[in-house]
Amino acid sequence: MSQPPQTPPPPDGDHDTLRPTPDVTQARDLRNSDRAVREAALRRERGLLARITTSVDWRSGLLIPLLSVLTALIVGGVIVMLAGVSLVDTLAAYRALLVGSVGSVKAVSETLTATTPLILTGLAVAIAFRAGLFNIGAEGQLLVGGMTAVLAGFTFTGLPLVIHLPLAVLAGVVGGAVWGFIPGFLKARTGAHEVIVTIMLNFIALRLVDFLLKTDVFQREGRNDPISKFVEPSAQLPLLLGWLDPAYRVHLGLILALIAAGFINWLLFRTTTGFEFRAVGANPSAARYAGMSVTRVYILVMVIAGGLAGLAGSGQVLGVLDRASPGFSASLGFDGIAVALLGRSNPWGVVAAAVLFGGLRAGGQQMQASVGVGIDLIAVIQALIIIFVAAPPLISAIYRLRAPSASTQISKGWAS
Amino acid sequence: MELQLRGITKRFPGVLANDDISLTARSGTVLALIGENGAGKSTLMNVLTGLYQADAGEILIDGQEQRFRGPADSIAAGIGMVHQHFMLVPVFSVYENVILGAEPTGRFGVLNRTQARAQVAEVSQRYGLAVDPDSLVEDLPVGIQQRVEIIKVLLRGARILIFDEPTAVLTPQEVQEFFGIVAELKSRGATIIFITHKLKEALAVADDITVLRDGRVVGHADPRTATPEDLAAMMVGRAIDLEVDKSPARPGSSVLSLRNVTVVDDRGRPVLHSISFDVHAGEIVGIAGIQGNGQTELVQAITGLLPVATGQIEFTGQDITRMSPRARHAAGMAHVPEDRSRMGFIASFSVKENLILDSYYAAPYAEGIRLVRNAIDTTATDLVDRYDVRPPTIDNAGSSLSGGNAQKMIVAREFSREVPLLVCAQPTRGIDVGSIEYIHEQIVRKRDEGVAVLIVSTELDEIFALADRILVMFSGEIVAERRTTDTTPPEIGLFMAGQRAAAS
Repeated sequence: MSQPPQTPPPPDGDHDTLRPTPDVTQARDLRNSDRAVREAALRRERGLLARITTSVDWRSGLLIPLLSVLTALIVGGVIVMLAGVSLVDTLAAYRALLVGSVGSVKAVSETLTATTPLILTGLAVAIAFRAGLFNIGAEGQLLVGGMTAVLAGFTFTGLPLVIHLPLAVLAGVVGGAVWGFIPGFLKARTGAHEVIVTIMLNFIALRLVDFLLKTDVFQREGRNDPISKFVEPSAQLPLLLGWLDPAYRVHLGLILALIAAGFINWLLFRTTTGFEFRAVGANPSAARYAGMSVTRVYILVMVIAGGLAGLAGSGQVLGVLDRASPGFSASLGFDGIAVALLGRSNPWGVVAAAVLFGGLRAGGQQMQASVGVGIDLIAVIQALIIIFVAAPPLISAIYRLRAPSASTQISKGWAS
Repeated sequence: MELQLRGITKRFPGVLANDDISLTARSGTVLALIGENGAGKSTLMNVLTGLYQADAGEILIDGQEQRFRGPADSIAAGIGMVHQHFMLVPVFSVYENVILGAEPTGRFGVLNRTQARAQVAEVSQRYGLAVDPDSLVEDLPVGIQQRVEIIKVLLRGARILIFDEPTAVLTPQEVQEFFGIVAELKSRGATIIFITHKLKEALAVADDITVLRDGRVVGHADPRTATPEDLAAMMVGRAIDLEVDKSPARPGSSVLSLRNVTVVDDRGRPVLHSISFDVHAGEIVGIAGIQGNGQTELVQAITGLLPVATGQIEFTGQDITRMSPRARHAAGMAHVPEDRSRMGFIASFSVKENLILDSYYAAPYAEGIRLVRNAIDTTATDLVDRYDVRPPTIDNAGSSLSGGNAQKMIVAREFSREVPLLVCAQPTRGIDVGSIEYIHEQIVRKRDEGVAVLIVSTELDEIFALADRILVMFSGEIVAERRTTDTTPPEIGLFMAGQRAAAS
């Protein structure tokens, strides 16, 4: 997903409400004036939220996503053929995709390397979803986390790995958490919509990285282009399969990501904190009634989400790149949204979805290289998957599944 | 016109909403259609108004079979529906609302205002529905707004009028006026179907009564001979005791005390104006009033969900005016909120999660931040059993429960705590008669245990059945206070409409 180079200035009305006013009551009035509008918007969002976070049965949790993937592959193939690629070449492209993602140890290693940050950005989006927030900012949180991790990675020298590596990883978590705290705090204190704030913070992070990489602190000696110093070996995440072949890039970050998934699963479903997150996400009025602090939840969940995305940034710069360069986030934060959607905001579902998207990323490279079918096809397929996942009645209609609920009526209309 | 339904059947996935329903509404009479939520009344009305097509069965008007492909066909056949929630544009005048969708127009589609006004005046005169065609709907009281709805339906040529819970939003006086309108319509030959769950009203106004349960017609009753108990038994399928058994209250010391409490809304206007009263241990205080007169804000101010602008709230001798909802909960306040689905429980949470919704944070349900699942399961299993929540499975989603059982789940959560104060807002709104009976019993039992109980209800019957003392709210103020034994529903009704009591 490419970003437009320029951000439109916020409309005046929004600008006013975002600007901190010395008079607190006045600010409150401004916020309340458009409360009805925002509540209506919230209700619409909550419909979607309910759909993507409700308890998972095999049908909505497994069958629909699998069929969505299958359908997306088929439709994607058709699109490629419409663009003038022959059937033979299309099939060859899919074969290359398969080979490139799971066809060899190297391929699997590449898939898992791409999976690692996707698990974490997926979790960053998913946990916010659970609390009723749309965290579109994983991209920016990953960038900021990556920068703080790089900074810790090259600033300290002579530290042993057991101290330096955790320190650098943690620096990334903290950086991301700070970037997540901002929208959470603004939402809690001023009602600023987290979608707008996180999108804008993405732009700020993107350009901040470009700027910082040209400063003396970050820029590598003797270089004119924006590129950071190398991370010290003592801060690099060890390769998991390096003893087999140093070209197998999958690194310790994968284990960290899986631990994070387990932790988030525990947090969401086994703790009072997660109980509050889910309650606020499902019904903020009921959460308030039950004595929970909705604003505290908004801040805390965004800090945790930012920390997860920051950890993804740590993994990229300490495990894969060993340095930071402009746009090193490579849309991993945006793909995290798709991963969270496909994984139904369930931590283990997110892991499964991240493996799939990791495979598409890795296999896509192979496809590009060997068959010459553009890597853009991967983006098309990913987008199609999400469309199908977001519109389950569509899939039910195509495969004539019997829907247990209201969706029958829609599918009847489609099938007859 | 006579309306006859024969064998109407309507199926939804997994539900038989209407099962072979046959009934007759005779010309110039009132048919009351009663039944609990989910009995199939709404589905049947949607079939009648052309929104749904029945899977089987036929609709006959004066013996002629009708086929409704959509609402337009139903309107053309002379059926008109007056909805519970009015479909009016508040900033339009009466005549504009009435002609909306059927505007008399001249050449080039220009609206003919003179003709429109004349049409409205003519209909309102013919049926004795006094309304000024030029006043704005938002300025009119609810009872008059309902007349506008009726005129709207009549102007479209309806001879069969369906009223869906028409008295839910009316004051007792307005209900009497409404009955007058119904009698007038009847005398002019209109056929009226009156959907209600208020048994006394059905008996007062209907010529025939048909009872629905589980999508089927379970019986007919003659309003001249039937009693409310008979009807309730038919609706529920077992004998029901509509009277609440209770002995005189023995009030103890003050548990909750409000002193000049004022609450202002977002724009700084007072929604509660200098409210003062006490609730004592062992008594039930009922807040009567028409919806929207500050009851919601009163409950939220007491439970900490709305900030108090001025004044003081004391709870068991402690000033709690600035305390958070959590602190008040911990201090011993239980609260059954008025809006069950918006506040009372979380539809996507399991029954057991809903049963600890406001006490999850402390022992025995939590150790640090870890939820203790055994303790939660034990409590939940015990509560669904003790409070008769059906089905008694604690892992189902809250959304799988019927309204009555969801309310019993909330009651279980709040009543099972040993606390000195119980605040119940609309404890039985929109739930079945069986559950109402059960919840009323529990409330009285709590009182007898020495709990101070505050009930807010817009149902005057409920206030009279439960309360030992009645406070009437009007426009954010308490306008009257009476012992239940010293007053009558008509007197309270006058206060609800805004009349002030002489100091009592």
